[in-house]
Amino acid sequence: MSLTKEVIEQKLKEKFSGENFIFNEYRDELTISFDKKNVVPICKFLKEEVELQFKLCEDVTAIDWARRKNRFTVVYHIYSLKHNFRLSLKADVDESDLSIDSVSSVWKTANWEEREVYDMYGIKFNNHPDLRRMYMPEEFEYYPLRKDFPLMGIPGSNPLPKK
Amino acid sequence: MQKLTKDDVHPKIVEALLQDTDITVEDALENEMILNMGPQHPATHGVLRLLLRLDGESIVACVPELGYLHRGYEKMAENMTYYEFIPHTDRLDYLSPMANNVAWVLAVEKLAGIEAPPRAQYIRMMVSELARIASHLVAIGAFAMDVGALTVFLWTLREREKILDIWDILCGARFTNSYTRIGGVANDAQPEAIAKVKWFIDQYLENLDECERLLNTNRIFIERLEGIGVVSAEDAIDLGLTGPSLRGSGVEYDLRRSNPYLFYNEMDFKVITYPNGDSLARYFVRADETRESIKIIKQILDKMPSGETLLNQPKKVLPKKTEIYSRMEELIHDFMIVNFGINPPEGEIYSAVENPKGELGFYLVSKGEGRPWKCKIRSPSFVNLQAVPHLVKGHMISDVVAIVGSIDPVMGEADK
Repeated sequence: MSLTKEVIEQKLKEKFSGENFIFNEYRDELTISFDKKNVVPICKFLKEEVELQFKLCEDVTAIDWARRKNRFTVVYHIYSLKHNFRLSLKADVDESDLSIDSVSSVWKTANWEEREVYDMYGIKFNNHPDLRRMYMPEEFEYYPLRKDFPLMGIPGSNPLPKK
Repeated sequence: MQKLTKDDVHPKIVEALLQDTDITVEDALENEMILNMGPQHPATHGVLRLLLRLDGESIVACVPELGYLHRGYEKMAENMTYYEFIPHTDRLDYLSPMANNVAWVLAVEKLAGIEAPPRAQYIRMMVSELARIASHLVAIGAFAMDVGALTVFLWTLREREKILDIWDILCGARFTNSYTRIGGVANDAQPEAIAKVKWFIDQYLENLDECERLLNTNRIFIERLEGIGVVSAEDAIDLGLTGPSLRGSGVEYDLRRSNPYLFYNEMDFKVITYPNGDSLARYFVRADETRESIKIIKQILDKMPSGETLLNQPKKVLPKKTEIYSRMEELIHDFMIVNFGINPPEGEIYSAVENPKGELGFYLVSKGEGRPWKCKIRSPSFVNLQAVPHLVKGHMISDVVAIVGSIDPVMGEADK
């Protein structure tokens, strides 16, 4: 039995009746958008529901839309090994409240992926076990992948270590 | 050697290192030991830094530090056209640049909604399998070297050299190939290159057996790896391991089989799995996978159709050089693509392929412009490295090199 959009849609609507899901299909890829406050229960459900089993979290990333009202979107790519089905999840994060719940309790992979998003976009992940910067030094004040960070970097922002 | 002091390690790293314990740094420096391994350590495969908390010789905690090779490719990708990024993919997993080139153009083609002609796809398949062999040969050789068997490294690199020679004929470069183009490949595979591939696959298996004889019956090698760094199938999935590291734990997950791209659905090959999940199993998977790659290349050479190697789609695909110099239309298209890009329609895609190290994915967001609005590189080494703290816990310090070697990370990819 192969997994289809209808099955996922029906399952999610059954479980989270009050939630406003937006389903979008583009080039054979299914994307589901929802509000950020329910991200952990939804992810847990998608992982643990017997008929879905999205056990592999491939990727967590974010998009900076620069001038949009909800400036950032956090994107999760998850995969069901049982059905060979890939799914993207999206949750908007606004600049006024730059935080979203961490899903590292659901998938361990998300730990570093979320650290990377925090490092690059400055989005805080609540309840994250070890929220440090991934690539940049801890003292670095800026978030390099934001659209307002210049390509050439900011001179003096990354000083050499003191001798 | 100078003693490590509190100031040498950032407080947040210390915090991560010393969680689940009530000792302080000074205590740890007295009773338990904090050892800094890397970033300049020959067995960490590049600039990987591991901070280890040791009790005697066994590891209590491990905190990897990344970012020493961070070049900001994702930021750079947002500021260049899709064509311009092809050479940069060479520098991600620099042991198998061809496979990265293929992954990138497949992602861009999916975004733009075009497809390369069959011959180009067969050539791409051939070079990705050769890249897989080349990468696994380094992995096996370096892995054996890490645990003390130096000869194997020389022998596997000798084999790898032959693949680099093939690439030399094929595209003129040995390391940073940039061979693929959006909508095809840079040039057709010449008869000399095909002949060389045939020669290579004919003699390869014998040479691999030779290398394996040095290892598989070597008691030191086996005893240093058996039962070291065991990860169960469930943990491996939870940690997001992909590629040989996941298949070494007995999970039959290979994107070539589960989500076939190019023409892998027409190929007959086995997905190699070993159930034990230890470092030795990961080595066996790699060695056997190169055998399967040889099998695939044989089928590719049998089935390879003739025909065009570049799509005729003037708005999306760069025309051939000879045509640019002699025809007006082609010159205009070339100018437009080079200066303004190929402008894929608005949308976003995630495209993943099975690279030697694992699943390499590109997440591209297009706003209909010549440059990607967002490009996320899902690199297998980065995700696989996350498993290192779980794998090394409780093992001896000399096992760390074996475990890192069995994961086979490439820092160019992990740090992006």
